[in-house]
Amino acid sequence: MENVLLLIEKPDNVPILAMLFLIPFFMWLAYRQARQTDRTGVPSDAALNDKVYVWPYLCRNEFVCAIIIMLILAVWSIMIDAPLEEMSDPAKTPNPSKAPWYFLALQEMLVYFDPWIAGVVLPGLIIAGLIAIPYIDINPKGKGYYTIKERPFALSVFCFGFIILWIVLMIVGTFLRGPGWNIFMPWEYWDPHKLVPLTNVNLSYLFGIRDEMTANFFGFAVVAGYFALGPVFYFWKGKTSKFLQELGLIRYVIVSFLFLCMMALPIKMILRLGLNIKYVWVSPWFNV
Amino acid sequence: MNEERKGLIKKITNSDIWKSIFRHGYEKTGRRYTLQVLQNVWLHLHPPRISRHALNFRFTWCMGGITFLMFLVTAVTGVLLMFYYRPVAEYAFRDVQALEFDIPFGMLLRNMHRWAAHGMVISVMLHMFRVFLTGSYKKPREFNWAVGVILLLITFFLSFTGYLLPWDQLAYWAVTVGTNMARATPVLGHEGPFAPADIITQSNDVRFALLGGTIVGPSTLLRFYILHCIAVPLVASLLMALHFWRVRKDGGISGPL
Repeated sequence: MENVLLLIEKPDNVPILAMLFLIPFFMWLAYRQARQTDRTGVPSDAALNDKVYVWPYLCRNEFVCAIIIMLILAVWSIMIDAPLEEMSDPAKTPNPSKAPWYFLALQEMLVYFDPWIAGVVLPGLIIAGLIAIPYIDINPKGKGYYTIKERPFALSVFCFGFIILWIVLMIVGTFLRGPGWNIFMPWEYWDPHKLVPLTNVNLSYLFGIRDEMTANFFGFAVVAGYFALGPVFYFWKGKTSKFLQELGLIRYVIVSFLFLCMMALPIKMILRLGLNIKYVWVSPWFNV
Repeated sequence: MNEERKGLIKKITNSDIWKSIFRHGYEKTGRRYTLQVLQNVWLHLHPPRISRHALNFRFTWCMGGITFLMFLVTAVTGVLLMFYYRPVAEYAFRDVQALEFDIPFGMLLRNMHRWAAHGMVISVMLHMFRVFLTGSYKKPREFNWAVGVILLLITFFLSFTGYLLPWDQLAYWAVTVGTNMARATPVLGHEGPFAPADIITQSNDVRFALLGGTIVGPSTLLRFYILHCIAVPLVASLLMALHFWRVRKDGGISGPL
């Protein structure tokens, strides 16, 4: 328990603690407005054309908001001091060494993937995927108001990515990762000598493949098969689904690829935590 | 007394000096409200009028504005901190210590800078969340969403480069962990897949370019300092100008069109 109390007291973890409250609050706020829109229908044009002068109405709001935020910031700065540890020493590595809190979801991914995927490819895909969102989401509805009914797929994918894969992993990385990057529950003592008896094996090994070359091909087949789920679904539904036809082939390829990449993380987490799988695909050049 | 004061105020606002600065006068008319926004360089980013729903805190969460406010706070406190800080490995840590113990309000200054930076990361993430939930990235705002994503990255990078500057254990190892990723970059990192081993070594890969060395050292400190104080804020300011301008050009704040 002391470790968690220590972590909570760490000044740099205040933002994460704040996120614990802010995210549910804003989810609730958005949900309430979405429910209202879904029940009463989209606000009419008349409401949009109801114009007010920026001065004084908007400027007043901005001013009040700025004062409140500056007040919070001032109180925060007076109450809590920024951390300063001892002078940097390249010869003394702390255990655990943690990245800044906003990168802890990325650091958490390192448990499940090699650095070139977790540290370079997946972050790159997150950025590319975020930028691609407006170009691949062709649903014209739900523009400029909260709704759930009109865009359930887009909302659930984004919320899964943002809440579970970004915020929750950040919280796990902050509060549950201890020495040796092992998971420590809040009530556990942070034992730097904790040994976790793990015998992680590769997926091919689990299927009884001992030969390196066969294992390589097997891994390739599994990964290729996973990404083939996209085309397979297209050939299955493409002819009959009006939505897929509107989306078009190029957009579909991008959507399915990004979606499968995103889902690869929770799948690998389940494989690692549930079945002690180390790699799905071991090749001479890289491991997945 | 009250009458007297009103008379005095009127005298001041009618004086030539006052009118040379604020030209719009003070009648309670729509014309004055419009001029007050249009003739003010700080306010002219706004349109003269907006739809009523844009005033609603429940709709906007005010997060974009808070992000900008946090940026301004870090800019002001950051400039003040630069007076006391030298980005040299021998001095950096001592200078931060001096800020904490010797310089009047130094601790408060540093606290405000750090917490505003953290606040900016929070508010920019929540801003993106709000824009997604309201579908505000949809046509015609696609490009501005892309600019916003780049600004999100820049916010992370600004915060990350600043993290190293105190030059303590926390800073040093957080940045070491963060930049270790770069060595695994495919092709361009010396431990990444497909990197030609005889060409890409640990002293010429992307991590080396970022750190100015094979480990986080004095040249990293200088590099991160310059990135943090000059290069990245400059890019951020330009992109922010673009972002705000596009908000207006793309039809103002989003609503049910």
